[in-house]
Amino acid sequence: MRDESRVPIHSDIDIVHARQKGREFAARIGFSSGELTLIATAISELARNIVEYAQHGEMIFQAIHLAGQEGICITAKDEGPGILDVGQALQDGYSSRRSYGLGLPGTKRIVDEFEIASEVGTGTTIVVRKWKK
Amino acid sequence: MEVPILKQGGYLIASIQSALSDADLLSLRDELAYRVGRFRSRGVIVDVTALDVMDSFATRTMRSIAHMLKLRGAETVIVGIQPEVAFAMVQLGLTLEDVATALDLEEGLAYLNRGMKRENTGAR
Ligand SMILES: Nc1ncnc2c1ncn2[C@@H]1O[C@H](COP(=O)(O)OP(=O)(O)O)[C@@H](O)[C@H]1O
Ligand SMILES: [Mg+2]
Repeated sequence: MRDESRVPIHSDIDIVHARQKGREFAARIGFSSGELTLIATAISELARNIVEYAQHGEMIFQAIHLAGQEGICITAKDEGPGILDVGQALQDGYSSRRSYGLGLPGTKRIVDEFEIASEVGTGTTIVVRKWKK
Repeated sequence: MEVPILKQGGYLIASIQSALSDADLLSLRDELAYRVGRFRSRGVIVDVTALDVMDSFATRTMRSIAHMLKLRGAETVIVGIQPEVAFAMVQLGLTLEDVATALDLEEGLAYLNRGMKRENTGAR
């Protein structure tokens, strides 16, 4: 199995594409079907944020191993406008677009580890990890 | 990826066949709004059995379909949300609170029929 897969994100079609690629990738790692649905949902939200707020970016899927555990690392990266107040963006219901504001906090609930680095004018990189149960 | 829409009596049934892009979801919404007028449909079933993900955009679009069709005089029922998809929606915090849902097509039809019956007796 290749340890990494990349999907460029430029339009709404790429969101579907990233979801499918990510699901296949996670299936090869051996995640259960319930976990695959959660992973695909998280990918969808992260990819959608790229399309909505940054227009262009990339999703990267990696197989990870630690102390006998196996998992997936998902990176969503863009060089868009960045997020001024990351704490606020992570709150349930906060949206700068009058949307649901659940993409980031919801993704955080779905995964085991969630890291976000964002700088206004430079871009946003979100790295999440989910371990097999 | 176009969603086939069947006319069955006074109802329309849209059966989603595969993953849909945002644009596909929006054209489904517009197509349903148009056909409800054209066929004077009183009820619409959207079958999402084939959807492996219902993210915030899909949820928002389902709600806007239901609200829009209500304004056009039709009741909407979403059927076939898979258990794993339902679980992921709950984790994300998404709800379809003000939209009717049913287990499957059969239950969805039964729901619409009950509504029509209530309406007819109420009108007397
Ligand atoms: N990649 C990104 N680039 C810039 N801003 C972002 C990005 N992702 C999220 N945001 C900001 O964080 C907010 C919260 O995101 P999210 O939880 O997905 O909710 P929503 O997309 O529904 O607004 C967004 O409204 C937006 O302002
Ligand atoms: Mg979002």
